[in-house]
Amino acid sequence: MVEGRQVFDLLWLVPAIPLFGAIFNCLLGARAGNLIVSIVGCGSIGLAFALSVCIFRAFLDLPPEDRMIEFCVFQWIAAGNFLAPIDLLLDPLSMAMITMVSGVSFLIHVYSVGYMEKDKCFARYFFYLNLFVFFMLTLVLAGNFLVLYIGWEGVGLCSYLLISFWYEKRTAAAAGLKAFVVTRFGDFFFALGIMLVFVQFGTIHFHSVFEDPAKVIDSRMAMWIALLIFAGAVGKSAQIPLHTWLPDAMEAPTPVSALIHAATMVTAGVYLVARCYPIFELSPVSLQIVGITGLLTAFISATVALVHTDIKRILAYSTVSQLGHMFLALGVGAPAAAVFHLLTHAFAKALLFLGSGAVIHALHDEMDIRNMGGLRQYIPATFYTFTIGALAMSGIPGLAGFFSKDAILHATFVNGGFLMWALIVITASMTGFYTFRIIFMAFFGEKRWDVHIHHPGTVMVIPLVLLALLAAVGGYMGVPHVLGGGDRISNFLAPNFGNPEVHATAEPSNKGVALAAEDETAVVESEEAAESEKVLEGVTAETLAEGEGHAPAGSPEMLLMLVSAVMAFSGVGLAYFFYVTPEGREVPAMLSDKFGAVYNILTNAWYFDKVYKAVFIDTYMLMSEFFWKAVDTAVIDHAVRGVAGSLLGGGSIISSLQLGLVRWYATVMVLGAIIIILYI
Amino acid sequence: MQPEVIQSLLQIGPTHYLVLGATLFSLGVLGFLVRSNIIVLLMCIELMINGAGITFITFCRQLGSLEGQVFVLFAMVVAAVEIAVGLSIVVLVFRNRSTLDADKMEVLKW
Repeated sequence: MVEGRQVFDLLWLVPAIPLFGAIFNCLLGARAGNLIVSIVGCGSIGLAFALSVCIFRAFLDLPPEDRMIEFCVFQWIAAGNFLAPIDLLLDPLSMAMITMVSGVSFLIHVYSVGYMEKDKCFARYFFYLNLFVFFMLTLVLAGNFLVLYIGWEGVGLCSYLLISFWYEKRTAAAAGLKAFVVTRFGDFFFALGIMLVFVQFGTIHFHSVFEDPAKVIDSRMAMWIALLIFAGAVGKSAQIPLHTWLPDAMEAPTPVSALIHAATMVTAGVYLVARCYPIFELSPVSLQIVGITGLLTAFISATVALVHTDIKRILAYSTVSQLGHMFLALGVGAPAAAVFHLLTHAFAKALLFLGSGAVIHALHDEMDIRNMGGLRQYIPATFYTFTIGALAMSGIPGLAGFFSKDAILHATFVNGGFLMWALIVITASMTGFYTFRIIFMAFFGEKRWDVHIHHPGTVMVIPLVLLALLAAVGGYMGVPHVLGGGDRISNFLAPNFGNPEVHATAEPSNKGVALAAEDETAVVESEEAAESEKVLEGVTAETLAEGEGHAPAGSPEMLLMLVSAVMAFSGVGLAYFFYVTPEGREVPAMLSDKFGAVYNILTNAWYFDKVYKAVFIDTYMLMSEFFWKAVDTAVIDHAVRGVAGSLLGGGSIISSLQLGLVRWYATVMVLGAIIIILYI
Repeated sequence: MQPEVIQSLLQIGPTHYLVLGATLFSLGVLGFLVRSNIIVLLMCIELMINGAGITFITFCRQLGSLEGQVFVLFAMVVAAVEIAVGLSIVVLVFRNRSTLDADKMEVLKW
């Protein structure tokens, strides 16, 4: 074991080991056999995870102000004053991310061994999966924008490859293409944002850019940079209006959905905004846009999840909704809460996806929850772990999701205003409803299937249990002060998100006022919060430092917590009433009859796909057809054929002089000679 | 006609040779245009070559240089070679097509 700081020199190995696994599985996997492929595939990620845990322990031994380690692997591009080394940056944010990414990836790799054992492309699957982990770790460890962008595009590529993994299926191939194109649309703006950063700052190095951006750019320029970067995040993290690819991405094998489309890649957008937070902070407008986008996404996709019947699509919309929560947290000035929610959501959602994978596996690829039911007795391990995941997801007190969601709700209440808070609380209740709708429809009631159950093997159950454990206790890294906790996560992340103390005292809740100036309630609320902060000034400086700009406000926070818990319970209860109790059974059908218009909007996912099809795809098709028929066929083809045809016609006229008669040629020759002689 | 003119006409001079050459050449051309037998056509070509040869010789005598004779010698050699190749082609054509009519040989056209 390497001691002290030396362990940080091994940082580059964290992404390198999965890369090695990927290369091995790519080149030798097909010949090596499934056993070796799974050992290399899982082992490389396991090693990376073990290494990141070691680094984490060494990291915790450092004093907080030293927790910023830069590590240059090699100089990559040096052109004039443009320097792009491959450098890695280890700070609390990336530390938390690599531990989570490698840990969850490891569990999902192990699970995949069981899930994919029958697949004929086993090695290819692990090649993609390892490659994905490499790119994801590169993304979160990147020390400058360009390295981050490499990881960013790399995960997009792997996402594309894995969504289309069963490429013989037309829908899977189309879904992969859609995901790639839609996210690339956002990436284009992100690339522009990076260029703008270079133009403004003269460097793309994170440390130099974020040290004091206010010196270099004004808030207007900060807004442009922030919005361009945010556009990239919107694409990658499936926020409205670029969220449509994520539900379709469920064509991927379920472990892939768990890893890429729930726990890691889609959270890259949240990570990116959190990483670039110093720039976002300079421009209240951009934070406002981030928050509103997140809020709308959270709300709209939660409503869609209420009515969907495909188990994976419900979870996909739920993911979109939870990502919306994270962006909301970023928008209302609580990046630590966003990262906290990112981590707990990663555990809970990976668990839910893996659980749904076990259900799908058990029922021979059945995905419609209407064709499930009564599975509780048949696959109990999946049932219990899935329920823990659902409880954590819904924000039931005591489990991970509760604490992180509560941190977001609180920040929204303080900085975003009552309206935003109300909407997000309703969304929280919907979260409880749709997650438990899955449970009640799939695991309770009479069985609506008749196949021989595939019992999940041990390799599939162990990751489920471990993830359930994480989902259950993961929240205790961020228990707020009012509940007697230490809020260790925001404490840990404090070096990343500036010095909260300054915000807390010097400019109390100014963001809240700026964000919702028109919302008087919000102003009152934030003033209240500011007052209660003054009341709490006697509290130790440490507590203030952990408070993310708005130290806990005692009883109001308790009240908020109570409201959100009640809402979560009410959602669960409503699902119980609708799908379990005999009296409630008819209610969903009745409601969908009565509110047919609303129901239609929801089942069609607010017509996003249809509108996009009409506006973009159909227009594009029409344009293509116009250019095909009117321009290509009519103009270009005719021009080419016209030239060829006229030459051919002229040639055939002239060739009629070629009679093949020797004496005719001779006559013409003589006549020609005579003419020439006469002319002379 | 005045006696001097008759005298000069009877006196064989360059004019006679040139007229002879031109006549031979014209007969060759005419024959080439009106006859259709390939052998006759080859003979007509010979006539034209020789007509040109006589003209060469005449001028070479007249101008007192030797280049004309060199040309004629070359032309004779070439004509001999040409007739050798030409006749063998004619034989082959006749074997294949049983005719010597030049107008029937029109397949080599596009």
